[in-house]
Amino acid sequence: MKLATGRRMAGITAISALALTLAACGSDSSADDTTDSGDTGSSEETGGEDMGAELSGTVAGSGASSQENAVQGWLAGFMEANPGATVTYDPTGSGTGREQFINGTVQFAGSDAALDGEELAAAQERCGGTVIEAPLYISPIAVVYNIPDLNDTNINLGPDTIAGIFAGEITNWNDPAIVEANPDIELPDLEIVPVNRSDDSGTTENFTEYLAAAAPEVWTHEPSGLWPVEGTQSGAQTSGVLGVVEAAEGTIAYVDASRVGELGSVAVGVGDEFVPFSPEAAANVVDVSPAAADATDTILTIDLARDTQESGAYPIVLVSYSLACGTYDSEEHASLVQGYLTYVASEEGQNRAAQPDVAGSAPISDGMRERVNAALETISAG
Amino acid sequence: MATTTPPQDQSRRGTGERAPGRLGNVIFKGISTTSGVMILVTLAAVAIFLLYRAWPALVANAEEFADVSFIEGNLWEWVAPLLFGTVLAAVIALVVAMPLSIGIALFISHYAPRRLAQLLGYIIDLLAAIPSVIFGLWGFQWLRPLVEPLFAWLSSNLGFIPLFADYTSPARNITTGGLVLAIMIVPIITATIREVFLQTPRLHEEASLALGSTRWEMIRQAVLPFGRSGIISAAMLGLGRALGETMAILIVLSPGYAINFFLLQAGQHNTIAANIALHFPESSGIAVDALIASGLILFAVTFGVNMLARWIINRRAEFSGAN
Repeated sequence: MKLATGRRMAGITAISALALTLAACGSDSSADDTTDSGDTGSSEETGGEDMGAELSGTVAGSGASSQENAVQGWLAGFMEANPGATVTYDPTGSGTGREQFINGTVQFAGSDAALDGEELAAAQERCGGTVIEAPLYISPIAVVYNIPDLNDTNINLGPDTIAGIFAGEITNWNDPAIVEANPDIELPDLEIVPVNRSDDSGTTENFTEYLAAAAPEVWTHEPSGLWPVEGTQSGAQTSGVLGVVEAAEGTIAYVDASRVGELGSVAVGVGDEFVPFSPEAAANVVDVSPAAADATDTILTIDLARDTQESGAYPIVLVSYSLACGTYDSEEHASLVQGYLTYVASEEGQNRAAQPDVAGSAPISDGMRERVNAALETISAG
Repeated sequence: MATTTPPQDQSRRGTGERAPGRLGNVIFKGISTTSGVMILVTLAAVAIFLLYRAWPALVANAEEFADVSFIEGNLWEWVAPLLFGTVLAAVIALVVAMPLSIGIALFISHYAPRRLAQLLGYIIDLLAAIPSVIFGLWGFQWLRPLVEPLFAWLSSNLGFIPLFADYTSPARNITTGGLVLAIMIVPIITATIREVFLQTPRLHEEASLALGSTRWEMIRQAVLPFGRSGIISAAMLGLGRALGETMAILIVLSPGYAINFFLLQAGQHNTIAANIALHFPESSGIAVDALIASGLILFAVTFGVNMLARWIINRRAEFSGAN
């Protein structure tokens, strides 16, 4: 525990140092940010004045390890602005996070999955009525390939083609299915080597969910955190996968979009068009996804539309929720959780996590921010 | 010096005259006995820990593993391919490392000039000090690109032999893994064999030479027969290290869970130790127990290999002087 805190503190220190450096180097951009957020900034400021110096005390959170890097950035940013406040986040995993949130061990939680019916009922009891679930962490997953001549262009691949490649049915880059989707590119006669994660990971789970939803005829495996196809090239962790991709030409893999580097990335087929990865396109798919069955004004859960036909939406993303209560026993917890999550949802917070050296996530859209802020305003003590 | 004094020691017991020496004896005896016992205690503690933590997995049935993503079926169905991969990698390593080590040891003990031999000996020992993660990175970044053309040639020309069928680049297969392991176990094998060769009785060698043998014939007649048990025990030591190697395999190999001899195909094999390192971070509950159970099985196999080595050495001890 002590060790973990120490490490986190070290991380925070490093990030704040980084933030300082960035602020020093990029005075232009930070100035832009402050002017841009003029409108929302004023409302935040009034909110800040309301609570004023009261934003101090301690709250604890735990949950999804996928959010860990982003949360470290948010905690650093929030505590810089509120030196009296101490917010902690223990990346125990989504399941443990939900459990600790429900039994009151922590005041907020991060979870890659929404609360299910039973959990929601228990959480509502714990929170005295309202539960808040907000999709505040959107991490795009890029499909990367290594064909040195084509790494600068985005090869177009439809969902069925991607599924066919990873299932081992499409084995050459000049396969008719790929050539047809890329009339302007000369594709090499090169064997395709699909590469996957060898360890259990959220990236694999979201990618296989996408394949199962968008190409159900080709991809017949169940979504799972462990890659279901045997006899494949693979690597441990993101770095391991990237090592394999860079080791041979013709390789293709899926990784966190922040780690694409010099490799080429696929423009994924959505409806009739092909969408290359971008933060806006990733945030877009969250906006166009239908609300989950039990969603309310405060429970902003979605059924991620992996098979969306919406123009400009990038469907391969990992979405992680932040969970909080509508009512807290103490004023301190209520104002701190509200303040912290408002910061997380703010343009500043989202942009901070989007930096490649923090988490490389995709900032949520303004529309989503409005809905989240409306939900967060309901937080009160009582 | 001290060897002549014990009788006097005993006769003067209680006078206190020899107290400093006696105290030294007592302390040293205490330290060495404690160290000796410590080895047994540590071994027992490891065995008990493994058994205790592995027990829930050892007695669990297939249904209890349903939630564990990396296990299909029961524990033994899961461990069998891993055990096979572990042994296969170690055997490949041994096949490559043995001729190499015997050659190096012979060169150092019988061919090289004395100075060069000493220098070579140091360098070989230095190799043993390189951490395995470095060997892994080196194997993946440097050795792998080097062997890829060879593998491609083997597969295209001798691909009709199942062993070499269907190679795909990058060469993250069991053969590359075995080669990296081979480099890692060469130092310990070489050092052991070299010591044995150096002990060959001078008279044997001279007798052979006197009968008109060339140097190679002398080595065949005198050195190799004398060193046979030493060579076997060195091989077993190397095998023991190769069986437990983790990081290098984790970095070099694309893991798989099959039992076959497709040496050039990726994603077919994995070793127990590398598999533990791969899955431990995201595991909890029965999954951890299962991983520890696989560790226990590896422990038992390594133990068995060492016992076998002892047995072979003892059985042959009377025919040579290497012990």
